[in-house]
Amino acid sequence: MTSPAPVTEPRDTPRLEAAAVPALSIDGVSHSYGPRRALMDVSFNVQPASFTALLGLNGAGKSTLFSLITRLFGIQSGRVGIFGHDISKAPGEALRLLGVVFQPRTLDLDLSLTQNLLYHAALHGIGRREAAARSAELLGRIGLSERAGSKVRDLSGGQMRRLEIARALLHRPRLLLLDEPTVGLDVKARADIISHVRQLVTEQGIGVLWATHLFDEIMDGDDLVVLHQGKVLAQGPMSRVITEASAQDVNTAFMRLTGAQTMPGGGA
Amino acid sequence: MSSITTREAPRGFSASEYMTCLTGIVWREGLRFLHQRERFVSALVRPLVWLFIFAAGFRQVLGISIIPPYETYILYEVYIAPGLMAMIQLFNGMQSSLSMVYDREMGNMRTLLVSPLPRGFLLLCKLLAGTAVSLLQVYAFLLIAWFWDITPPPSGYLTVLPALILSGLMLGSLGMLISSGIKQLENFAGVMNFVIFPMFFASSALYPLWRVQEGSPYLYYLCEANPFTHAVELIRFALYGQINWISLAVVATCTIVFMIGAIYAYDPSRGLARRGPAGGEG
Repeated sequence: MTSPAPVTEPRDTPRLEAAAVPALSIDGVSHSYGPRRALMDVSFNVQPASFTALLGLNGAGKSTLFSLITRLFGIQSGRVGIFGHDISKAPGEALRLLGVVFQPRTLDLDLSLTQNLLYHAALHGIGRREAAARSAELLGRIGLSERAGSKVRDLSGGQMRRLEIARALLHRPRLLLLDEPTVGLDVKARADIISHVRQLVTEQGIGVLWATHLFDEIMDGDDLVVLHQGKVLAQGPMSRVITEASAQDVNTAFMRLTGAQTMPGGGA
Repeated sequence: MSSITTREAPRGFSASEYMTCLTGIVWREGLRFLHQRERFVSALVRPLVWLFIFAAGFRQVLGISIIPPYETYILYEVYIAPGLMAMIQLFNGMQSSLSMVYDREMGNMRTLLVSPLPRGFLLLCKLLAGTAVSLLQVYAFLLIAWFWDITPPPSGYLTVLPALILSGLMLGSLGMLISSGIKQLENFAGVMNFVIFPMFFASSALYPLWRVQEGSPYLYYLCEANPFTHAVELIRFALYGQINWISLAVVATCTIVFMIGAIYAYDPSRGLARRGPAGGEG
């Protein structure tokens, strides 16, 4: 996780240009459910090969934002782009580059690990043989090869999450969204998943948007987006966000930012 | 990881990608169905109860005259068999809609809808998959019914297939349309009361419409206007190697209308978007 990305030939040149087209660009997005405004003029970018933490409490609008990026809801105003493809205008091209791990578990519990992966591959039009090869490879990478034929129901929570991440990577996306992926997991499973995803960033150059309300999942060098009550309160590299909030760590920075907005006097 | 370029030209989707997606969805629906034995059993028991008990009891009460497509006097059991086949599909269609509401609450629906393929196509695949499952149920029913002396001509088992596919699509898309309007699972009881029962009873499934007309002309018109009546008649005629053109036209039209409605309702910029968050907001 700390080792530098192994540089391979096809990657180094385009990566320079890649900075020009963000993996994910959210541009002036607002959304309301009837009179209730869930998102207000939200804008930020996720760069390729970066880990961006979307930090917010429950009800901050994280899930709404995810639903918009994944085209579950239509965009009411603003624009969402995935590697330059507008999600409203070219959903196919945009979704092809996107992998998602939703907060609720979305596996078929009665199907086997491999069957779950094959189904997902089919949804992306990946033929059976190719899908089987990729599934075997990914199951190996998450250390679940020998469980390939067992039912998902028999897996532990951490194993299910790992499987969901593997599934999200099956069509080789270049942007990965994870909505509070470690909720309900034990310390070890959490650490495993975090390091796995960070590895994807450094080794494969995937852009990651990681929604969380757990501050200890964020590391130095991450990009940070603080979302509170539907508004972006701060964004940028973690160190800058902390400095600008004149705090010592993320925790205090977050409390200052949100506390100042909602409850004068601080505390949350 | 293949090579990274910054922005690829849109490349669309090939026919084989569409085909892979379709077979994948049907395959998964089939697997799920095989894992839910209770669902299969109850899908079979329901029409069999009607056949074994209700029909046996009513056999004496309702005399059936010779009406097309039948060429001889028939037993009441024989008369209601097509209606029961359609009933299987009606329940299956509504059950798929229930599972879509369930999927939406549980998040499974999301995995389907984030597929990059066009959403209308995904929903069509889902409908075809549901129809395929209903075919399994119907043929299992026909097999058991055969031992109960419901013996249509052997070729009928083949000629009824296209009719069953069409009626399965119609009832499935109706279910899908309804599911887009249901916010919670609990409302399915309402679907039973307000959709399944009226559709089934106000149709030609249990009694020929000329008998209904004798009793109540208004009910007769209602039955005539009921798409389910036409699904039943389409199946009935097809089972005997004939085509009921009016029913075919009605069923085909309803299928198209319901399907367009369902696709419209599941369009992210309209239907679901207006209804607020599915599941927990956080």
